[in-house]
Amino acid sequence: MLRLSDALAPVHVRLTSRAALAVAAMVFVGSSAMAAAGSAHDSVVTILIRWAPLLLTGFLFNLLISVLSMAVGTLAGIPLGMMQLSPLRPVSRLGYYLTQFFRNAPWLVLLFICVMLLPFEFRVAGLRIPFPDWVKAVVGFSLPAMANVSEILRGAVLSVPTGQWESAESLGFNRRQTMFQIILPQCIKRMLPPWMNLYSLITMSTVTASVVGVSEMLTMTAQVHAAEGSRPELLAPLYSFAMLCFFVYAYPIGKWTEYLERKYQVKD
Amino acid sequence: MQVIYDWFLAFYERTGINLSFIYDNFDRTRIIKGFWLTIELSMITIALSVIVGVVGAWLKGARSGWVRHSVDGFISIFRNTPPLVQIYFFYFGLGFMLPRVMDPISGTMAPMVTNFQWAVLSLSLFAGAFNIEIFRSGMEAVPRAMVEAADSLGYTRSQIYWHVVLPLAFRNCLPALGNNLVNLVKTTNLAYAIAVPEMMYAAKQIWSDSSNVREMMIFLLFAYVFLVAILVYGLNWLERALRIPGYGQMGGR
Repeated sequence: MLRLSDALAPVHVRLTSRAALAVAAMVFVGSSAMAAAGSAHDSVVTILIRWAPLLLTGFLFNLLISVLSMAVGTLAGIPLGMMQLSPLRPVSRLGYYLTQFFRNAPWLVLLFICVMLLPFEFRVAGLRIPFPDWVKAVVGFSLPAMANVSEILRGAVLSVPTGQWESAESLGFNRRQTMFQIILPQCIKRMLPPWMNLYSLITMSTVTASVVGVSEMLTMTAQVHAAEGSRPELLAPLYSFAMLCFFVYAYPIGKWTEYLERKYQVKD
Repeated sequence: MQVIYDWFLAFYERTGINLSFIYDNFDRTRIIKGFWLTIELSMITIALSVIVGVVGAWLKGARSGWVRHSVDGFISIFRNTPPLVQIYFFYFGLGFMLPRVMDPISGTMAPMVTNFQWAVLSLSLFAGAFNIEIFRSGMEAVPRAMVEAADSLGYTRSQIYWHVVLPLAFRNCLPALGNNLVNLVKTTNLAYAIAVPEMMYAAKQIWSDSSNVREMMIFLLFAYVFLVAILVYGLNWLERALRIPGYGQMGGR
């Protein structure tokens, strides 16, 4: 019999998720227990319960930033992707360079650029439109999101068999009609898994907004730590609480993405 | 060199574009040190994350279910939590729990693991978790006949892994691995958050002193794009150098 058969067997998804949750819980409880040992202060659990509403509000703010960034990034990324596919060479070159530039620039640098170089308010015809830091952060995250959506769209369109284009042409569709009525509807399915992956990445990176002073979850965590007397043993449980929140949100998205990937797998 | 420095100083006086990291000796030393530290950080984390990936993919093929599920748990945790929180967790959370040791040079008490080492550790684990999945899918793309042939030639399980599956899987997954390593290089600037004096940190210090945010930002963008370009070039070279005629998508043409 083949001895490596078990090595190459597919992963058992259900068991995996249970194991992951168990490990996550172990890290959390373990670090909390270590912090609680031998201290005359409030226990870690009490502190976490006391501050959970504030921390979770911070987490919701992270989610808001991630959803808005993804929405703006998608709305801007689809036209950019279409530019890349344009038959006009100058347009496709421009689309290509914009995509590559924003895809290859580090996210933290783009965030810094948006937060430090955008004005704090816009004046349009005497009207003052405030532009707070978190809105700038949304702009900062939607730039790389835009470039990645553009690349995902390009990849999806190129993965549609050429036969589709040819049959559309023989049926008398013009380029625009072929694109919008035949190719793009087929792309949605192909784009969904990588798009969700990207959303997950954006959600993970929203915490870097704390570095530029947006009061999201990580900033709140530092403030809670200061409010509880800056005891260093509180740091591990507080940060693992933040990790737990993100894990609980991102893990189902990841599993769902894997499921969709399998379901929509393009058969050869 | 002095001529060039003077030219950039005059350039600043003439145009207001303050490239202090070229003409100012102090700023130049800082940014060069930061640049090298970013390269050092990237190279160490790339090497370690590939090791994590190879070993993890191997353990994921272990017969013991307990080992397999631990690897899966490790991957899920590091993929589904923000890398910045991981760095904070390691540096602040775990760093506190370790004892402080006597520094032999200065004679003062210092943390056992420095911030640079924590950054290396957490970034390697973060990128390594992605590498495990990448190597894994590369291994699944290795034709079963190869494994069966090696098995019939009397190779043991670990011999099959190290001599047959891994070399082929490595070639299969090079494009995906390259993507992840490029991401890793771009993520190294998160070490800025725990005061590792890499390029981002140096740039921040310079723009705080010389108030030339715009110039430093543009420099940073170009510097990172430059580093990523070198890496991509190297990976493309590796892909060509490792090509086996007649095998896989690369050798097919």
